[in-house]
Amino acid sequence: MAGSIRDRVAVAGMGCTRFGERWDAGAHDLIVEAAYEALEDAGIEITDIQAAWMGTATMSTGMSLSEPLRLQYIPVTRIENACATASDAFRNACYAVAAGIYDIVLAVGADKYKDGGLSGLTDGSMPGPGHAMTAGATGPPPAQFAMLATTYFDHYGLSFEEGKHMIGRVSWKSHLNGQRHKKAHFQREVSMDAILNAPMIAWPLGLYDCCGVSDGAAAAVITTPEIAKRLRKGKEPPMFVKALQIAMAPNDGNFNTKFDYMHVEATVRAGERAYEEAGITNPREQISMAEVHDCFSITEAVTMEDLKFSERGKVLRDIEDGFFDLDGGLPVQPDGGLKCFGHPIGASGIRMLYEMYNQLQGRADRMLNPGQPSRQIKDPKLGLTHNLGGGPAGCAIFVGIVGLEGA
Amino acid sequence: MAGIVSYGAYIPYYRMPRSVINVAWGRGGGRGERAVAGYDEDSISMSVSAGIDCLKGTDPKTVDAVYMATTTPPYLERQNSNIVATALDFRRDVRNTDFGNSLRAGVNALQAAVEAVAAGSLNKVLVTVADMRLGAPAGEHEQSFGDGAAAFLVGNEGVAVEIEGSYTYSDDLSDYWRRDGDTFISQWEDRFGRDEGYNKIPVEVVKGVLGKLNLTPKDITKACIFGANARAQAGIARAMGFTPEQVQDPLLDSVGNTGTALALMLLVAALEDATPGERSLLVSWGNGCDAVVLKATGEIEKIKDRRAIKRHLAVKGTLDNYGKYMQWRGLVPTPSRGGMRVSMSAEWRERQLGLPLYGVKCLNCGTVQLYMSGSSMRAHICLECQAKDNFEPYRFADKTGKTVSFSHDFLGGGINPPMTRAVIDFEGGGRGLFDMVDRDPEECKVGLPVEMTFRKVPLGVGSSSYFWKCKPVRE
Repeated sequence: MAGSIRDRVAVAGMGCTRFGERWDAGAHDLIVEAAYEALEDAGIEITDIQAAWMGTATMSTGMSLSEPLRLQYIPVTRIENACATASDAFRNACYAVAAGIYDIVLAVGADKYKDGGLSGLTDGSMPGPGHAMTAGATGPPPAQFAMLATTYFDHYGLSFEEGKHMIGRVSWKSHLNGQRHKKAHFQREVSMDAILNAPMIAWPLGLYDCCGVSDGAAAAVITTPEIAKRLRKGKEPPMFVKALQIAMAPNDGNFNTKFDYMHVEATVRAGERAYEEAGITNPREQISMAEVHDCFSITEAVTMEDLKFSERGKVLRDIEDGFFDLDGGLPVQPDGGLKCFGHPIGASGIRMLYEMYNQLQGRADRMLNPGQPSRQIKDPKLGLTHNLGGGPAGCAIFVGIVGLEGA
Repeated sequence: MAGIVSYGAYIPYYRMPRSVINVAWGRGGGRGERAVAGYDEDSISMSVSAGIDCLKGTDPKTVDAVYMATTTPPYLERQNSNIVATALDFRRDVRNTDFGNSLRAGVNALQAAVEAVAAGSLNKVLVTVADMRLGAPAGEHEQSFGDGAAAFLVGNEGVAVEIEGSYTYSDDLSDYWRRDGDTFISQWEDRFGRDEGYNKIPVEVVKGVLGKLNLTPKDITKACIFGANARAQAGIARAMGFTPEQVQDPLLDSVGNTGTALALMLLVAALEDATPGERSLLVSWGNGCDAVVLKATGEIEKIKDRRAIKRHLAVKGTLDNYGKYMQWRGLVPTPSRGGMRVSMSAEWRERQLGLPLYGVKCLNCGTVQLYMSGSSMRAHICLECQAKDNFEPYRFADKTGKTVSFSHDFLGGGINPPMTRAVIDFEGGGRGLFDMVDRDPEECKVGLPVEMTFRKVPLGVGSSSYFWKCKPVRE
């Protein structure tokens, strides 16, 4: 790589709506809510924004942002990269600041699914095949990801019960974390019993192995380290960007016999590059917390191995030992993840950064549900976010690392 | 010498006990079961399946025509036999023809093929015959009809069954009919069709052909007589002079009346057991009658590995749900998520890839591979060595494979949940992701051997297309 983003840009303000089935709000309501929370948090006006990047899987052109915010003729780029959409909008915004072209920019991610009239991701919301012969080439996401579990269980000799318990434990943890968060889609603890006995969605994945479909928006004000420190003077510190990596798979996993259907190679590649960019040599020890793409519980499990948080083939032990719990050695999905915080495709990446931002600033508990124990992670220094857009056989992967200044 | 070089058949995996239909309508009883084409099968896909069975060991590029017979063509305007020929990977300069509109269409297609080869116009003709007729709900035909197909390769080399002679009698006596726009078969009072037609005409026609060839009923080993009803069939067989042992079982309790395919499926069943020198008699029925006398040669012993009737009968799953049957046949409205449009232009552009299921073999590194993206099946860059446009065609439809992974999708399961999706590594290389059909979810495991099967892909908007799925290998 010719250069590194490490500590060259910082986040001065962030916002995020409550995720969920927002029958009360349209896409523009959500965008305005998230963007203005970020602006107010940074202490700037909308007119201070010099350029913007809009991540959305469902809305066309940069006007999906300039219209609700009535932006006055500034540049806006619309980005779509499936579930990595918001992170890629954030990444491009960071590069524009690092290039010295703009001082203060805005990155927003938003999607509104629940006006589609159907459960799940509604037709037309994702790029679909227009070709009869290959209409079944990939098929619905649950079955694609379920095959990771089928192969993983078979290869490592896990009985159905052992494998089911391992992935069920992933969702159990996310529900526990989501319960504490006021903005999460699902704010409810679910027992292991309920998880293990839930109806099958795509064997071996049951209902609680699958994330929901949500509405929501999230936003970030990105600027230079100097401006960020000035804007946040007397307030919580800014969040520094340490690494931004995208790895795009050649989408050959369903055609290439070398793909083992037990891991996601693009995550491995993006992770390795991100660690190099951020100067991280031992991610399991050095990363304080992570928000990863848990569209399905098995996805989170194999991602732990792909990101080298767990040894290859050994994630079961870490999951069952609670290593990724909120009070574990490396908390993963402190806000509940896609599973419980929700997954409006184009917003998720910036939502993950929002959680890192609040945890790094020590103010995770401002979104705490009453009566719940603290959700603040103790002294986090570095956080990792990860998105997987597509399926295990082919996807767009984003891995980002953020942290405090000097971390 | 023109004659039958090979035979094959197809019986759908699903069999519905007739008691299931009776329970649905508040009645008791019901004898045997009937074959029900899967939700993704039709006369085109069944013709392809029977054709695959028949063409075992034959280079598809050597076949000169498909003569496809059915009274239930998926398309009224679009050559159905062309789709069959493309799926079976035949050449483009083939003379395909659709036969239809009569239950005698199958025998007519076979006769036409034999005559075209005998005349020297064509060297090899694949005859397919398939039907999936609909009887009205709660009526007799809903129970008595069944779905199935047969196929014959007619040629002039390696003839396994010679055609000794035939006799045809045409008569517009219409006991059954279906007009344009009718969903179900209509029938005149059954006593008329039986007493004036079926009980009289075939007996005379058989007398005619045997007389023409100086044969007696004793010279026939198996009589393959169309029969919509076992008792009536036994009656005319007796009148023709055959003992019950000489009459090929009409499959009515196991498959049902497969319409234009029935007599030819019976012929396949007879040929499965035939030894050299044995004679079979083929008798069709429908607006007249044909009788054909056939004689097996020594070549018959070389084609005993077909799945034909016996092996297809043995491989089955029970459809114990009348509601599913109604849904599969489109007789009840099914909630739709809209669905995708078939792109006729895209399908045509890649007709050499999709319908016959071709991938490529890289000429640089030798890797065989499929390319199936949302928008194209045409590979340009090798997934292994990144060489550009340096491929030769490689067909996957005729390869078996092993299951690498699978899932049963209950939520997005379509019309027959759960939908089983499977990643398949092919013997000889290459991988693909396909629907798995005709499987019991319980039998699915990593490593399960599978083969390819040609199926309909319903896409909602005014048209259907076809593609390949996989199913467990059951020999």
